[in-house]
Amino acid sequence: MGLEFNTETFRNDFTFKNSPRAIRRFPFPFDRDDYMYSVNMEPHVPGRPGSVFEHMFDVDEHYVAEMRDRAQVLADDPLRCQSLPHMELAGWDLLELIMESKARDYPQWFELHKNGNRWHWINRPMEIEQKFTFLDPTTLPCGPMEYITRQAQGDFTLQDQRDDNLWIEAGMVTTQADWSLDFDIGMSFHEWHAPVPKAHQMGVFDRALKFLLKLQHGAPVRRFNWTMTVDPLLDTSPENYPKWGPTKTTLTPENIGNRQHLRVELQTLHRLPRSNAIAFPIRCYLIKFEELVTIPKWARRLHRVIRDIDPELSTYKGFIRNRELMVQYLSQFDDGAPTSPGWWPDE
Amino acid sequence: MTKTLFEPSIRSRPVYGELSPRAGSAHLFIADGEGAEAITDMFAKAGADAPALLAKSHIIYMPGPYGTDLSAALQALGAAQFHRAPSFNAAELRIRKVLTDAHMGLQVYLAGTETVIGLAQREVMMAGLPFEAVQTEHRGSLSRRVQCVHCKGVTENVTTDPFVCSHCGLNLFVRDHYSRRLAAFQGVNIDAEDPGLVPAAVERFK
Ligand code: HEM
Repeated sequence: MGLEFNTETFRNDFTFKNSPRAIRRFPFPFDRDDYMYSVNMEPHVPGRPGSVFEHMFDVDEHYVAEMRDRAQVLADDPLRCQSLPHMELAGWDLLELIMESKARDYPQWFELHKNGNRWHWINRPMEIEQKFTFLDPTTLPCGPMEYITRQAQGDFTLQDQRDDNLWIEAGMVTTQADWSLDFDIGMSFHEWHAPVPKAHQMGVFDRALKFLLKLQHGAPVRRFNWTMTVDPLLDTSPENYPKWGPTKTTLTPENIGNRQHLRVELQTLHRLPRSNAIAFPIRCYLIKFEELVTIPKWARRLHRVIRDIDPELSTYKGFIRNRELMVQYLSQFDDGAPTSPGWWPDE
Repeated sequence: MTKTLFEPSIRSRPVYGELSPRAGSAHLFIADGEGAEAITDMFAKAGADAPALLAKSHIIYMPGPYGTDLSAALQALGAAQFHRAPSFNAAELRIRKVLTDAHMGLQVYLAGTETVIGLAQREVMMAGLPFEAVQTEHRGSLSRRVQCVHCKGVTENVTTDPFVCSHCGLNLFVRDHYSRRLAAFQGVNIDAEDPGLVPAAVERFK
């Protein structure tokens, strides 16, 4: 496996980009030419080789650079990683899930050796080697959730289950689409989803919660979410909104292809064995319009989705002010031809 | 002033009910300003049961944000314990002590502004009391406790939208998104995308 890890940045000079391979395997989230909220969950089973669904946790060319960006976000604002005291066991569950999955799926990069509760973890890309005692927090440099999520791409939240509800009570959140863990921690499923338009009235959250309460260990599910981000900025937090909000006003017909990014979240949900909590990894993928339009089917489809989207959704997702500019740019790549079903690029 | 009527809102925004007497081993009341009237109304409803209830009641009361002080009416009820505090902050340690000492069957009644209900409810939550043991009734000012999502500072008694964060000075709009853990609504910079373009402040939460 000759995959190298990019040296790139997600801030300041923004040198992030996708290789041709990363473009082809990009998780384009639209399986049809229009979009509306729905209870879009499917089993998280291994998918096509080479795709982002191949493994439980996708490790790609951006891994090392993303982890460096996370460390910077945490140094600037330690509140992005929090765990209420009773969530430590769920943190261990998550650590186990990630270590076992990565060691199994990427043996060239990760190794996990167990001798009873004495574990030995090797992360080659990040040059980390750690011997520790599973379930003994004094043997790790920080809490188990923080320890492992400093080594795993994407945000992670842990939900306790009680009183027929889910409670977001721990998380590592540095690559979020404009929501605050610090504000939301402790809320129930409908409370943290409160700001979402339409979906409550459509019954989406009632049905999703009912489904999740019965989620079984060993049967994870996945879904997509998406939004739009100017420049490849992972940390679009409400905390820093005064810093990144103004970039939305600097888009022009000339620079939109290079600076406007489709931001896709591949979200998975896993029941954890000891704590009975639910882990919610939120993996963020970014692709600039110029890269995206190299796949003709995606260019046509994204044009139609953005052109026809309900304004309540584009307002909530924060791109209403640039929607016309996006549609204009994307329309050049839409000849009106029909698109094939499903999200895969045409062969 | 009577019970407040609220517009329908989003799911994180708290909703309030109407205090009614319940069976319990002890009764803790925390109220501010016009919230006193929710308590006197409740005891009036209790009728013949009121004296027995009062014999097991502890009332902690503080004036409202605009100075409404109905201490006299509450004190006249003749509860086993009545305490007037100048502010919630001043009453906080006493409230914590009462909650830690509480036995099974304690009933909690919170009345008055959202700020005091929210702060007291947070104490009750942290003490681990069952949710079902708590009743709330809103009376009086609608002013909000708002946390600036940027600097994390809390501004008390926000009555206008937008308003200026009392800590970092940013112009914030007030969301209905509410955190029970912080006992605060969320404030977000209104002119981030168009610096200086701040709409006139409207008095939304008198
Ligand atoms: C249990 C784990 C989950 C967590 C922690 C979570 C968290 C969140 C958060 C924090 C937001 C942003 C809300 C805001 O504006 O402040 C959000 C948005 C949303 N969530 Fe979830 N969610 C979870 C599961 C789900 C599931 C299973 C569904 C399935 C239907 C779902 C559907 C949505 C939708 C439709 C949005 C709006 C997204 C957009 O338009 O950008 N969520 N979620």
